Amino acid sequence: MQSYLEFEKPVAQLDQRIAELRAASEGDEVDISAELARLEAKSAELLATTYAALTPWQKTQVARHPSRPHFRDYVAHAFEEFVPLGGDRLYGDDQSIIGGLAKLGERKVVLIGHEKGHDTETRIRHNFGMGKPEGYRKAIRLMELAGRFNIPVVTLVDTSGAFPGIEAEERGQAEAIARSTEACLALPVPMVAVIVGEGGSGGAVALASAERVLMMEHAVYSVISPEGCASILWRTAEKAPEAAEAMKVTAQHLERLGVIDRIVPEPIGGAHRDPAAAARALGTAIGDELDTLAQIAPEQLRRMREDRFLAIGAN
Amino acid sequence: MSWLSRVRNSLPFVAKRETPDNLWVKCPSCQEMLFVKEYEENLHVCPRCNHHGRINADTRLGILLDAGYDLLPQPSVKEDPLKFRDTSKYTDRLKKARANNAHSDAFSVGSGMIDGRPAVVGVQDFSFMGGSMGMAVGSAFVAGAEQALKRHCPYIVVTAAGGARMQEGILSLMQMPKATVMTRRLKEAGLPYIVVLTDPTTGGVTASYAMLGDVHIAEPGALIGFAGQRVIQDTIREQLPEGFQRAEYLLKHGMVDMVVERKDLKGTLATLIDYLAPKKAA
Ligand SMILES: [Zn+2]
Repeated sequence: MQSYLEFEKPVAQLDQRIAELRAASEGDEVDISAELARLEAKSAELLATTYAALTPWQKTQVARHPSRPHFRDYVAHAFEEFVPLGGDRLYGDDQSIIGGLAKLGERKVVLIGHEKGHDTETRIRHNFGMGKPEGYRKAIRLMELAGRFNIPVVTLVDTSGAFPGIEAEERGQAEAIARSTEACLALPVPMVAVIVGEGGSGGAVALASAERVLMMEHAVYSVISPEGCASILWRTAEKAPEAAEAMKVTAQHLERLGVIDRIVPEPIGGAHRDPAAAARALGTAIGDELDTLAQIAPEQLRRMREDRFLAIGAN
Repeated sequence: MSWLSRVRNSLPFVAKRETPDNLWVKCPSCQEMLFVKEYEENLHVCPRCNHHGRINADTRLGILLDAGYDLLPQPSVKEDPLKFRDTSKYTDRLKKARANNAHSDAFSVGSGMIDGRPAVVGVQDFSFMGGSMGMAVGSAFVAGAEQALKRHCPYIVVTAAGGARMQEGILSLMQMPKATVMTRRLKEAGLPYIVVLTDPTTGGVTASYAMLGDVHIAEPGALIGFAGQRVIQDTIREQLPEGFQRAEYLLKHGMVDMVVERKDLKGTLATLIDYLAPKKAA
């Protein structure tokens, strides 16, 4: 059962009419197949035109869609194998940031990413994808492992932000994020980061300080959530759509700003309408990038990574 | 040296404005009315309750550096790259902030001596748009680090920020890895990088260069954290513990090395520099 977002209402109405027509014609002699085909084509076209013109706030909703593919879906559909590794060796094993050894085709990679969960139970287990210090410290451990054994790093970023909690603060959330960013920059191996859903603030950049940063077509990436920005600058979270617009949170905007390098196309109507196809497109894009980076010497990779961030803001 | 704008701080930092309507100031902590001259001579620390007041960049540089330091020029950055507008235009907010501030943005760098020891000091100024980190702040941080690399001397950074400069969107977020590139270069060059965390240091600043120091010093009572207290309260719906995210709390939880009173800050830095600064080539 497809769940529709508010702005998809016209598509939903059309799809409902198609379903009703189909149900009513069950066992009927009148041939309505031509009419059905016409309506289905109309619905598909409407979906395509709607998704081609999404506003930043609409994209934010797509990026947060409950059925949007998450880490485990990408692992299932884009990677041949995944050997999870766990724990930060200091405190615990944070389930909001998952990592391990994976195969993308024939390529061996260290894969790290946020997992949001897909139902109440898993969302709680994965803390809605909001990483804790031990999650970022696990990521650091795995990146260091990747460096030692000369394995490229791939990250899938999907978080509203790092977890804001008492214990997270006490265990050094800020320090863990800073060190994770530092670990990215220190890598002597290729690193490809993909913002697959929400790229929320420091909790995202800690896993995305790579020489190649990709974004799914309808993903969003920002310094603060549109609601957070709106409640500070407009003094009401209701101005979130305006804030999303003003902050330029979409992949299309960020590519123009030079903050990301490549946009991975999603199936028409968003990744949640065909997670397997979305994952295949993602796998292909990451594979391309890794193959290009494989030719580059470690010092040069580091230099590329440093230069991209130093260049941001230079006049 | 010629590219540095030479600023001779011949006047002591305490001898500032002495207009009659500024004769008294109320301590924001204990509400005590304080004589401005006394308050300034006490480095903006309340003599009654030891509250460490927020101070601007020049005052801070004056406290930490020996007189006659050089002020680095503010690197030029793209202004208002997003054409951002909320209830007012970002460019107007910048104009207003500049009208009330001696500097063009929230991070200033002084290059000079700390009790005769070569040092570069970067200072974040909360009075400029909440010290928020945008491209100007990030670029000034980088310029300070480059100056320390050039002089082969320690880099001291005094942090104060409510967080990111939201009006620069993602470009403000990108200052986190940008600054981290430089902390790594200092590390590789064997130069000490010392952070002085002052009230308040939160958000992306804490989660990047404020937490990557070789030594972390905090001023007493400073609010230091990643997430804002209201955000935490809204998320977990629990009472926050006494003294949560204050300097002393961070000391207890192992995030800072020491809490140092403002009057002892320069001396402490000098001591640390004596231990950590690169040995002079024979
Ligand atoms: Zn007081």
